[in-house]
Amino acid sequence: MKLHEYQAKGIFADAGIPVPDSQLAESVEEVLDAVDEIGYPAAIKAQVHVGGRGKAGGIKIATDREEAERYAEEILGMDLKGYTVDRVLVESGVDFVDELYVGVTMDRGEGQPVLMVSTEGGVDIEEVAAESPDAIAREHVDPAFGLHPYQARKVVYEAGVDADVALDVASILSTLYDLYEDSDASEIEVNPVMITGDRDVIAADAVMNIDEDALFRQPELSEMAEESYEDDLERKAGEYGFDYVRLSGNVGIIGNGAGLVMTTLDLVDHYGGSPANFLDIGGGAKAERVTNALDMVFSDENVDAVVFNIFGGITRGDEVAKGINEALEQFDEIPKKVVVRLAGTNAEEGMEILNADLVEVEETLEDAVQRAVANAAEVEQ
Amino acid sequence: MSVFVDDDTRVVVQGITGGEGKFHAEQMIEYGTNVVGGAVPGKGGEEVAGVPVYDTVDEAVEAEDADASVIFVPPAFAADAIFEALDTSLDLVVAITEGVPTQDMAKVNKRLSEVDTRLLGPNCPGIITPGESKLGILPGNIFTDGNVGLVSRSGTLTYQVVDNLTNRGIGQTTAVGIGGDPIIGTSFIDALEAFEADEETDAVVMCGEIGGEDEEQAAKYIGEHMDTPVAGFIAGRTAPPGKRMGHAGAIVSGSGTGTAESKINALNDAGVPVGDTPEEVADHVEDFL
Repeated sequence: MKLHEYQAKGIFADAGIPVPDSQLAESVEEVLDAVDEIGYPAAIKAQVHVGGRGKAGGIKIATDREEAERYAEEILGMDLKGYTVDRVLVESGVDFVDELYVGVTMDRGEGQPVLMVSTEGGVDIEEVAAESPDAIAREHVDPAFGLHPYQARKVVYEAGVDADVALDVASILSTLYDLYEDSDASEIEVNPVMITGDRDVIAADAVMNIDEDALFRQPELSEMAEESYEDDLERKAGEYGFDYVRLSGNVGIIGNGAGLVMTTLDLVDHYGGSPANFLDIGGGAKAERVTNALDMVFSDENVDAVVFNIFGGITRGDEVAKGINEALEQFDEIPKKVVVRLAGTNAEEGMEILNADLVEVEETLEDAVQRAVANAAEVEQ
Repeated sequence: MSVFVDDDTRVVVQGITGGEGKFHAEQMIEYGTNVVGGAVPGKGGEEVAGVPVYDTVDEAVEAEDADASVIFVPPAFAADAIFEALDTSLDLVVAITEGVPTQDMAKVNKRLSEVDTRLLGPNCPGIITPGESKLGILPGNIFTDGNVGLVSRSGTLTYQVVDNLTNRGIGQTTAVGIGGDPIIGTSFIDALEAFEADEETDAVVMCGEIGGEDEEQAAKYIGEHMDTPVAGFIAGRTAPPGKRMGHAGAIVSGSGTGTAESKINALNDAGVPVGDTPEEVADHVEDFL
């Protein structure tokens, strides 16, 4: 789960990390009120979960009130890589002489958290990592012990941070690690940390992603998640408790188990179609979940046809079939053609239960996907 | 022959008094697994699924001479259950639980480096040696005894590929679900190593998916150390970067690591054919045999 910059900065500030003065604004008037208080230069920053906001025009620096008004009008309501901007963070501009990158993330391969520091801040760190990996200093942390303070100092010195600010940067890094642990983050990143002419150290940006599997013990962060959904369908999926990812194609996909659903998406593509979504109804799904899943794909206006693929282990084919019938019987006319393939536990019983007037049935995954792709192509014509 | 589990494996079910634990303990017993006891704090002395329940894993292991456990406890308590199992003389611990916080698993991972016990999972369907023993939630009826080993990060994808194999009369030595989380116990390489050493396994199917670099490392291992032929499948070719595709570990990073393309290329470079469809995987296996 991604937090917005303003949310992460609030958490940083509470933990004692220096951040610029800022206010959240949802209208041009609110932006102007904010700059009147904060002064100039002021950064106006779109609050959407999109990387590279600056390059895409989602961050502007206003040097006077007229510019602030113009940029607020430009950014509020703009479409940033598919997301509509409805909030901006108005922030006091920092007069910096140097930019650093600091971050804490999980190194999957090592199974350990890792601290990262680079003096090449302010640019895409993943490009830095790809082009000059030596420009990033790394230090793994034994999760059983937690961070030893020397480790934060070591990695900061190793990165070549100026000696007069090194201890301040190390202190920020230590605090970030504490936050990483306390908030079950999967990733915390500050890019850039700005060094001012007066040698102050300020977190000018904030990325904080939380492990969704740990939200059960992070009640305050869970509430922030509510505000983080960008897409109505993703919000709905959250309410239904589905693993869901929206894509841009027109073949709606429902299945059970992440690997098999991904495979179904891949096969749609393989047979010349284009997947509209990833939707995993999970193991042991009962009739109600099936109904909810169909509601999800039917309410996606991009979807022209649906493939429903279940390989039952703990999920029972007869339960799924009942759910499909119940969901589709509510319609006078089925909104989108549904191809169903059931295999595994109680699949034969399921096939018998399925109402053949409402759905098309196929025996194999390959056949089901090809039929759904053909159905979608028919609608498009 | 088989890997990790066989007729003699004696199994404790952690969380046997819960709905899932009880259901799957019964299913395992019906399949022929030697389920010898359960472990649930506060439920010692009860009997579930016809086997005695103990308060601690240690008691269960000592009393029943068990050598493996299967964990069906909720995510909040799963890491503790794994630690408890690792603190006994068990050889194998299978964690079925999905949704264990990653930072908990980092701590478990550290402990694993200090003990000899093997962990499968978490977030895995378990392991089955057809006709002998099943530990976990895999539907036993789709598997048949044979000479193909299978290792996979995904449960239902395993079932799909096994179905494609079984339909052609190709059976399995052992199917190993290693789990879909970012940090897991047994890796592809561990399982491949075991299959390479198993005389009855004549071919191996490896089902990977996007996220991480385990498949790339496994490809390197196959190229350098394996004589047994391997066929591959990689799920998630159409997954967009930055999105978690169901499994916590199934995510292509923004920088483009963990892509299906990178994994398929690595496998191909190691001489491993990768099927575009599960049916094509079965074609490759048939060619090997």
